[in-house]
Parts: sequence; structure tokens; C-alpha cells
Amino acid sequence: MAVARLGRFTSEKVSATGRWALFCAQALLRVRSGGEFGTRLVRSVFEIGVRCVPVIAIVSAFSGLVLGLQGHYVLARFGASGMLGTLVSLSLCRELGPVLAALMIAGQAGTALAAELGIQRSTEQIDAIELMDISPEGFLAGARLLASLLVFPSLTSLFVLIGVTGGWLSGCILMPQDSNAYWSAVHVALKSRDISECLLKALVFGLLTTSLCAYQGFNAHRSGEAGARAVGVATVRAIVLSSIAILAADYLITAALL
Amino acid sequence: MNAPSPTTPPLLEVSHLRKCFGPREVLSDVSFQVPAGTILSVLGRSGTGKSVLLKCIVGLLQADSGEVSYKGESLRNASQMATLRRSASYVFQHNALFDSATVFENVLLPLQARGTGSRQEWDAQVREVLGRLELEEAAERYPSELSGGMQKRLAVARALVSKPELVFFDEPTAGLDPLRRNAVFEMISKLQRESHFTAVLVTHDVQEALVVSSRILWLDAGRVRFDGLASEFGASNDPEIRGFRDNIEALKEALRTPVSIGS
Repeated sequence: MAVARLGRFTSEKVSATGRWALFCAQALLRVRSGGEFGTRLVRSVFEIGVRCVPVIAIVSAFSGLVLGLQGHYVLARFGASGMLGTLVSLSLCRELGPVLAALMIAGQAGTALAAELGIQRSTEQIDAIELMDISPEGFLAGARLLASLLVFPSLTSLFVLIGVTGGWLSGCILMPQDSNAYWSAVHVALKSRDISECLLKALVFGLLTTSLCAYQGFNAHRSGEAGARAVGVATVRAIVLSSIAILAADYLITAALL
Repeated sequence: MNAPSPTTPPLLEVSHLRKCFGPREVLSDVSFQVPAGTILSVLGRSGTGKSVLLKCIVGLLQADSGEVSYKGESLRNASQMATLRRSASYVFQHNALFDSATVFENVLLPLQARGTGSRQEWDAQVREVLGRLELEEAAERYPSELSGGMQKRLAVARALVSKPELVFFDEPTAGLDPLRRNAVFEMISKLQRESHFTAVLVTHDVQEALVVSSRILWLDAGRVRFDGLASEFGASNDPEIRGFRDNIEALKEALRTPVSIGS
């Protein structure tokens, strides 16, 4: 009995993964379906990118401030205060920047996307698009997937930039660290390999987050619930799965590139 | 209303369609033809599979067995279904309007989807259909800002803007008051005479359907109980159909009788 249930569960998950992969492929291959691709792309960049700038700025500033503060006290214990710039910049560039930026964008733009598509599914708007011989995957998700390839690296870079500045503020302005030593350490520590890893993670997280959120909203009717509740379930699943996917992909990429 | 000629080839043909939801059989061996230029009304009690039938025809639902043919070509795969979708439109029961788009953008989308013509031509076509349906002043408003009747007209405008050969209406008068119901049937009839499209109309409104339709298809528990001319349906002696007609007449009579409070 338990083996049968495990088999059914595995089969369902494999099938859902296949449907998600098919969804992504259709979204990207038929991205121009329905016309006005440029307008949709610009709108998606605005929705996923520009609207998330305030939350990215706030979270990155506080992340940098905390890192600078903690780093100052911890490094001082080992007489390595001069390494603060190295600690803050490498932590933010290699790990915290891509992960926290992706989680913030998933929380804001990803949930909005899942809810929007979920409502469009429950009000038959997606059926209406399909009956116009438009690919609903391409029309509704394609431009957003491409926009995420632009937006996630940009916002992640912004996150790292503001975070490093936050670390300087708390370490060198509020605490007695030397500014020149801090920026010099940042300059020496950050290699092009670190920046490439940061941008690669941002690209992967962007594709994962946007496709998972779009897929959950698009398939809200498969959630086992109906109407408004189905939209709620889809939105929760979108953020939970996106967060897990971001952290799992972070580990895999880090392990592969170390 | 155009009476079908016996030699008119069917634009749409449904053969032995069957659809089950779990153990429940919703459509059972449904077969009928829709001649070009006619309005076919699909009638029947609630839950007899009328809307499911339309969704199976256009491919929103997958039939378990049976065949749908359009212009003699069987719709078996996605590319064949695309042929139907390019020359047909669908008016949803609850309109399915794009709520984040304006009235103008709602009507523009089917033209953008087809991609033939210039933006100026599309704009002119949209303005023309909005004018015909008295919606030109609402062009920049959102669907949520319109009344129920205007939303229905917008759904019809969106369906007709691409000049389809075949239009599916899924309960176009659901949720409307009697005056608006009559107005919608008049609109469908008038537009059909002007544009000569073929229509498949799912409705509960028997009297109105008899007026606007050339043919009637009566579904009973997922099976075809009557398939013929509207005039034949009106004179049918089938006890089920007669009972349904009598019930409607009795209800109308009861509604006309004044009721005194406390009687």
C-alpha cells in the first residue's frame, strides 16, 4: 500500500515536472504569439523589475548594514578588521545578493504573477486567449520569462552595490574602520569569477522563479480547489516552490563552481 | 433567419461524441450537423451537457470518443483545430473579458492574433464594430466599469471583430434581465443577418431561441432527443419537449398573475 502510494506520488511529481518543462518550452518558443511582443516585454520589465527596486534597495541596505556591523565585531576578535571589505563584498556577491534578491522578487513580482494568471484561469480569460489561436503560454508567460533574464541580474547587481555601500556605512562611518582599507579590500577581493557566478545564479533564479510562478498561476485549476481558493493555493505554492528552488539551485551551482 | 437548404453542405459536423467526467457520462453518442449560414440552438435542461458539448467542439475539453469535422475536415490534431479557431469565435457564458485591458484593447486582440493587416486597419475595424454595438463611447473604459448588458455586447463585439464564419454562443443571456435577454437575441439575429455567420447557440430561453434559430438541437441527459427545424420543434409531440414548453408557459402565466401579500 505504502509502496503504491509512493509510486503514485513519484509518478505525479515526474509528470508535473514534465508539464512545467513543456510550459517553459512553449512559452519561449511561442513568445511572439498574439503580437505586441515589444510592449509586453517592456511592461514585464516594469512589473518584475522597476516595481521591485524599492524593496531591493531597502533589503540590500539593511543586509549590508548588518553584515558590516557583525563583520566588524567578529573580525576584530581575530585582529582581522581590515578584512571587512572582503567579507562583505564576497558574502554579498557570491551568496546573499543573488539569493536574497531572488527571494524578494519572488515575494513581490512572483506572487503577483501567480495570482494574476490564476484569476485569468478561473475567469476563463486563458480559454478565451486559446480560442483566438494565441498560445496562452507564449502570450502570458513568454515575455515575462525573457524579462526575468534582464531584470534578475540587474536587480542582483543593484543589491550587491547597495549592500557593499551599507557595509561601508556601518563598518566605517558608524564603527571605527578605515574607509580606504575597506574599499581597497573590496577591490582586491572581487574577481571576475565571483561576479560571473553572481550573474549566473541571478539568471538561473530568474528563470526558475518566473517559470514556477507563471506555471502555478496558469494551472490554478489543477490545484484541487476552485475559484478564489484555487488562486490562493496557486499563489502560496508559487512562493514556496520558488523559494525552495532558489535555495536548491544555489547549492547546486555553488557546489558545481567551487 | 436563413432556412437551410437540403443540399447545403454542413459547415460543422459532430459525430458520435462522448464525454465522461469520472463515472458520469455527460455526452453520449451526440451527432448533428450545422449547415452554413444557419443558427442552431442547443436546448435542454440544466446539466444536460450543453456547454460541455461546445467546449468539446472547440477543443477546450477533450472528448473521450467521436469526431468533429469543420468544412469536411476532421479536427484530430492541434493544427486542424487551429483551422477552426482561426475562423471561429466563442462568446463565453460569463464573457471572459480581459479585465486588465480596456474595451478597445479587448476587441483589438483577436485582430492582433491573426496578424493580417496594419494597425490602422485594425483600429478602423475595432471602431466599426464598437459603433455597431453602441460601445464607441466606452472604448477607453475597463470591463469592470460597464453594466452587465454592455459587457455582453463587448463579448459579442470581440467575437465578431475578426469576421468569423462560425460563432459559438454559450448561454449569452445568462444572468440578464428579460429586457436585456430580448435585446441580446435581437442583436444576435440582426448581426447574423448582416454578417451571415453560422452560429451555435446554447441557451435555456426556448421561446427566444425558436424565434432566432433555424434549427434546434434538444439534449436530454447527454443524448440528442430532437434535431430538426425550429418549426418542427415548436410542433413536436415528444412528451419531454412538450412538458418543457408547457412548464415555461405555466411559469410565464404565473408571473403575469398578480400576487396579493397575505393571500
